[in-house]
Amino acid sequence: MNFRIKNSIGIAVAMVIMTATSCVQTEQNGGALSGNLAERSFVPPGEHDEFYAFISGGFSGQLAVYGLPSGRLFKVIPVFSQDAEKAYGYNEETKPMLNTSYGFVPWGDSHHPDISQTNGKLDGRWVFINENNTPRIARIDLTTFETAEIIEVPNSAGNHSSSFVTENTEYVVAGTRFSIPVPQRDMPIDEYKGNFKGALSFIKVQPESGEMNVEFQIMMPGFDYDLSHPGRGKSHGWFFFSTYNSEEANSLMEVNASQNDKDYIAAVNWKKAEEYIAAGNFETMKTNYAHNVYDEKTQMATTTWEKEVRILDPAKCPGLVYFLPTPKSPHGCDVDPTGEYIVGNGKLSANLTVHSFTKMLDAIEKKKFDGEAYGIPILNFEDILAGSVVQPGLGPLHTEFDGKGNAYTTFFISSEVVKWKLGTWEVLDRKPTYYSVGHLMIPGGNSASPFGKYVVAMNKITKDRYLPTGPEVCQSAQLYDISGEKMELILDFPTIGEPHYAAGIPADLIKLKSKKIYKLSENEHPYVARSEKDTKVVRDGDNVHVYMTMIRSHFAPDNIEGIKTTDKVYFHVTNLEQDYDVPHGMSMIGANTSELLIMPGQTETFTWEPKGEGVWPFYCTDFCSALHQEMQGYVRVSPASSDIQLSWSLDGE
Amino acid sequence: MKKFMLKSIIAFMTIGIVYGCSSGNQNQGGEKSAPSVEDSHPMGQASVSDDVSAKNILQVAIGSEAHSTLVAAVQAAQIEHILVNAGPLTVFAPVNDAFAALPAGTVENLLKPENKAALTTILTRHAAPGSFNLEALKREARKGRKIYTATGDYLEVVVDGEDVFVAGAKVIGTIQTSNGVINVVDKVILL
Repeated sequence: MNFRIKNSIGIAVAMVIMTATSCVQTEQNGGALSGNLAERSFVPPGEHDEFYAFISGGFSGQLAVYGLPSGRLFKVIPVFSQDAEKAYGYNEETKPMLNTSYGFVPWGDSHHPDISQTNGKLDGRWVFINENNTPRIARIDLTTFETAEIIEVPNSAGNHSSSFVTENTEYVVAGTRFSIPVPQRDMPIDEYKGNFKGALSFIKVQPESGEMNVEFQIMMPGFDYDLSHPGRGKSHGWFFFSTYNSEEANSLMEVNASQNDKDYIAAVNWKKAEEYIAAGNFETMKTNYAHNVYDEKTQMATTTWEKEVRILDPAKCPGLVYFLPTPKSPHGCDVDPTGEYIVGNGKLSANLTVHSFTKMLDAIEKKKFDGEAYGIPILNFEDILAGSVVQPGLGPLHTEFDGKGNAYTTFFISSEVVKWKLGTWEVLDRKPTYYSVGHLMIPGGNSASPFGKYVVAMNKITKDRYLPTGPEVCQSAQLYDISGEKMELILDFPTIGEPHYAAGIPADLIKLKSKKIYKLSENEHPYVARSEKDTKVVRDGDNVHVYMTMIRSHFAPDNIEGIKTTDKVYFHVTNLEQDYDVPHGMSMIGANTSELLIMPGQTETFTWEPKGEGVWPFYCTDFCSALHQEMQGYVRVSPASSDIQLSWSLDGE
Repeated sequence: MKKFMLKSIIAFMTIGIVYGCSSGNQNQGGEKSAPSVEDSHPMGQASVSDDVSAKNILQVAIGSEAHSTLVAAVQAAQIEHILVNAGPLTVFAPVNDAFAALPAGTVENLLKPENKAALTTILTRHAAPGSFNLEALKREARKGRKIYTATGDYLEVVVDGEDVFVAGAKVIGTIQTSNGVINVVDKVILL
């Protein structure tokens, strides 16, 4: 017995020594996963994360939902790309979501999610995200975690400086990265200069419904509008856009768009814009763009074609736009939580430039301009400079804030996150990223009240960080604990690609509002069957509509006869369950579309065109219950000349 | 006792060191204790709070005064999670009077911890995979099919006029729930 006790003490002492040692190592190396670092990202089985992170899926076109600090993936919300798993863009209900003026576009390039705000604070109602290639903005409902609306942005190309919200979600803002002829026309490319235009779009958001409309566009000179952020607090009412290619080059941009010593941050007074609109000082331009809205009641998306947009010309609207000279092709354009500091991250600049909003207003009031560009006044760099962070790293891209007076900037070339102090501009800490970080995200980082506990670094290069998977390796994010004076890398986690930007929010602001089921009694789908008694099969010429239900563990009807080889069959399938987390799926052999994945109380539709006579099975694709394997049925297909009448049954009745 | 105290002291020392390290890093999230899956969900899915979904079999039974004996028995057998499972499940739920009609002392005896296995067998004999409401039970009788229970027994369904009997127990009510059907019966089914 005594021996045992001594032994235990011995082991414990050894453990203590080991722990203490690893603690020292941690402080020396900051190495991940040594000491107790692993614990800090560990969320025990069955426990919940503290934050949601909405990380853009980049060229997947989607938006992925993770937990922080665990980095666990919860859901990929289909937004701009078809998703066969969820039938998004495949079923009849959601196909219209992907309509554009260029036709049905099955893919998108999603970039910058941003969560709605009230009084400068995250309110957790919606998350917006932009699509870069076919310019669009989507609104995702954070009670359902589904895409509720997608609006196309006219007169734009490369919708990159998007989709950032103002402090009461008055607007979600979109700026075009690629300037283009507006309206589009056949013209020589080398006549770009002075002829191409860059549209900044202000998309109004209805306070209750969240529904969007393009309220107005400001038609700017043909620069590249790269990123943007709203003013807040004292600078509420302004919006700031970084630009590059103020050279207005149109070829070999990596050289020709890097000639000027300074490009600009465009400061837009959108309250002034509202005054000009109210005064009728705009032009109405004919155009055509899609506005797609998913109606939760009818469970259908519809497309409305918008035909006009209101245009403001900054040259004719004094006080609307000013240019803030900013060194060397600024990329990120970030505003601190107080609204005073506007950080220009000049990609090729040695220093970080921080503009002062107060000084900017003062210079404007005193009309201290250094010339103009296309009728837009240019302010003096020195007049508006708050300070510079001197040589903090190479290739600055983006800056976020912790709400405690510190800023965190990513450096692509030197592959690191650098922490610096607002006001003194001194560098406080730097930590490497693996590798070549792009954006970073602090929950609430684009708001007046950040939650400065973690920063997520979204990397562009992965290389050897995970088990290799052939030439294409996974996309990668890293989590740093920033609650202390020094940043500490606590987790690597893979993402869907490419993780451009992210928006984070305390889980408590969302999770209790998360919808569990759709009420069957509120289902107004035109082809709903609210009970098995309502099921039927209806012929309309060569179209056959099956009003079908599903409940654990059968379809009703599950035997259908009288279908002909020339028919097109619409399966309108209602999930009768009213129980949390009991979806059913459905597909059938020979379907040239995706499965359906139907939540409780929901109706979805897929079409099936028989390829030949025979008896063809269908089944439930989502393991729903103990008798899931029995959840199946048959459709009999007869020749076009057959006189077999339509009939349907369940258990022969 | 002495050994226990020593171990506790050692444990505290160890935790002290670990936390000393994390407080040095000002870790606000360092309050996590060692994980224990069993502790966080002792009743499996029955632990899930959900006031939006339609009620499941267990929730309906708990809300029925006439089934307090059945509920107590389910809790004694610790099979709550079975009654909230995705199912689908049909439960033949004897009312309190049915339990009371058993020979004196039977229920008390079954509720003893050492008889948990026997109790579980009796209870699960009242549960069948599938959804059988009154209409479905009549169809079973009409087609000469039997109800297969969770214990592997087959229960005969007999229709007598308006009445439906399952293994001799009369169905006196049917309740549709989110995960199946409760058929209220007037007898405990003892084969």
